[in-house]
Amino acid sequence: MQALQVLIGGVAQGCIYGLIALGFVLIYKATETVSFAQGDLMMLGAFLGLALLSAWGLPFWIVVPSVILAMAVFGILLERVVISPILGQPAFSIVMLTVGIGYLARGVITMIPNIGTETHALEVPYRGALVQFSGLVIAVEQLVVIAVTALLCGGLYLLFRRSKVGIAMQAASQNQLAAYYMGIPVKRLNGLVWGLASAVAAIAGLLLAPITFVHANMGLIGLKAFPAAVVGGFGSLPGAIVGGLLIGVVEALAGFYLPEGFKDVTPYVVVLLMLMLKPNGLFGQQLRKKV
Amino acid sequence: MRFIFKQSYDQDIDLAKHGGQHFWYGLLLLLLLVAPWLADDYWLAQLTFVLIYGIVGLGLMVLAGFTGLFSLGHAAFLGVGAYTQAVLAAKGWPFPLSMAMAALLSAAVGAVVGLPALRVKGVYLGIATLSFGFIVEEVLARWESVTGGNAGKMVGQLQAFGWTVDSSEGFYLVCLVLTIAATLAVLNLLRSTTGRAFVAIRDSEISAQSMGIHLAYYKTLSFALSAALAGLGGALYAHKIRFLSPDQFNILQSVDLLLMVVIGGLGSVHGAFLGAIFLITMPQLISLFKDYLPAAIGQAPGLQAAVYGLVLILFVLFEPMGLYGRWLKARTWLQLFPFYRRGLFKRQKAFQKSDRLK
Repeated sequence: MQALQVLIGGVAQGCIYGLIALGFVLIYKATETVSFAQGDLMMLGAFLGLALLSAWGLPFWIVVPSVILAMAVFGILLERVVISPILGQPAFSIVMLTVGIGYLARGVITMIPNIGTETHALEVPYRGALVQFSGLVIAVEQLVVIAVTALLCGGLYLLFRRSKVGIAMQAASQNQLAAYYMGIPVKRLNGLVWGLASAVAAIAGLLLAPITFVHANMGLIGLKAFPAAVVGGFGSLPGAIVGGLLIGVVEALAGFYLPEGFKDVTPYVVVLLMLMLKPNGLFGQQLRKKV
Repeated sequence: MRFIFKQSYDQDIDLAKHGGQHFWYGLLLLLLLVAPWLADDYWLAQLTFVLIYGIVGLGLMVLAGFTGLFSLGHAAFLGVGAYTQAVLAAKGWPFPLSMAMAALLSAAVGAVVGLPALRVKGVYLGIATLSFGFIVEEVLARWESVTGGNAGKMVGQLQAFGWTVDSSEGFYLVCLVLTIAATLAVLNLLRSTTGRAFVAIRDSEISAQSMGIHLAYYKTLSFALSAALAGLGGALYAHKIRFLSPDQFNILQSVDLLLMVVIGGLGSVHGAFLGAIFLITMPQLISLFKDYLPAAIGQAPGLQAAVYGLVLILFVLFEPMGLYGRWLKARTWLQLFPFYRRGLFKRQKAFQKSDRLK
């Protein structure tokens, strides 16, 4: 019974990893760059939620959509101002650029007097509530995380399968030049993808905030989402979620069964094994570059 | 303007291209040699740190700047070197021997990390090295019988064959000798077959492979060499800082090291040292200007991270060749005056080299 409870905790944590990994994968598919700032975007989202909810006292059901919208706009602006000028440069420069963005975000948040250096609790309505279910005691926060992730996956699936924008995004991610020739506005799509990734990060931040706390370094959890993205295969959206779940569950089980200290390392051991055995991940495509 | 008349083929691979370089590098060497008598203790300590980070930067430059493989876990090699040195020094090994061991052990670890590099590239490699860095940090924290765990480990003074380096001047000179040796080694490496092979792999793996370069061998070698230099730097770092704890070798340190070579200028030996100067003097500069800023900004704890981030963004956007690139431009401007054109160093818009199939 206890193991099952640990498992549910792991699934909830895995959903968070999966959501952040989803952001990596979205950006990677569209622009073939890796954003190291994804975790910090999540942190910004959580802080924005905190500001609106605690400082301004807005009701929860207004805060959530406005945070998501604001972060989406922020993502689009970020792409326009900072990322798009150096597209086409080696991937390494863009990686360093996003590292810089992460540093800047963390630094600026820390600089806010009295708020940046503290840890805060995000006062969501369902905070601290518990559900009893035939002997299982489950925190509502964890259930909400799982439910919202499932909903979001469904929404993204519909977006990419049914809507014109989603299909255009898929086309651009497969071959930018060909998509451009077909009349798809690739540049504008790149902006939209960053917006979408930031919005997903904001959702992850709002979901994570009640479980852990809101603080300037919470974005470092994004580093655990890399293993998730790799395990799932870096170019696959369902892979990101599955990879996240896998990492979350493995981590939770390691924390439960193995001696102290293994919990934080297992995701990285898993990813190293994955890279050695199956570098393309669970859902990655096996592609070879032709000369 | 300067014209170099080449009279023999050897001139092509000379370390110093002309008399001016002999003069300036000679002067620099002289200044560095007399620095212990010119600078006070504080600045000498900073200079020592610049040299130590310069060695580590050289290592990372070989890997990231010349072989085109980037590592997000380089602090791990630094840590391996530092702890090896700490343990061996405590056992009374003379420092030349223990430093060689530190470098060798780091190199061995680097070769192991290099193994996934044979199968994965680009992003995946970054993540593999990142994961490795986390694992090493955790091992350093948990292997308490050797590393002292999170409580930390004290490191004694540098000693060899009855001679103890107890003054900061003496330690500085040891660092200087090792730095010069490392720099010369890297410069010589880069003009040898091995170095050319590294650069070829950086520019295009496929064409390097078709020219008969054994990718697996050279990539592993690059990792091992880079790790060895980082280990050597780590060994010196251990003696300079005198107290080791695992959190000195975490991901932020790795990012700092990467930031150092990017800001210094990827693909240049000068860049490693310019980056080291930047990394060491930046906190000083910030604390110097702190007093002139309004208290709300100046006294805020996150200022340093914000400045680092901003500088990094600005460099990637506007000066991808780093500080050394800036210097090259200034020098060319002076040399060609008044014929310098703005487009001379314009970066080429290239189609992305894709990790995926196009």
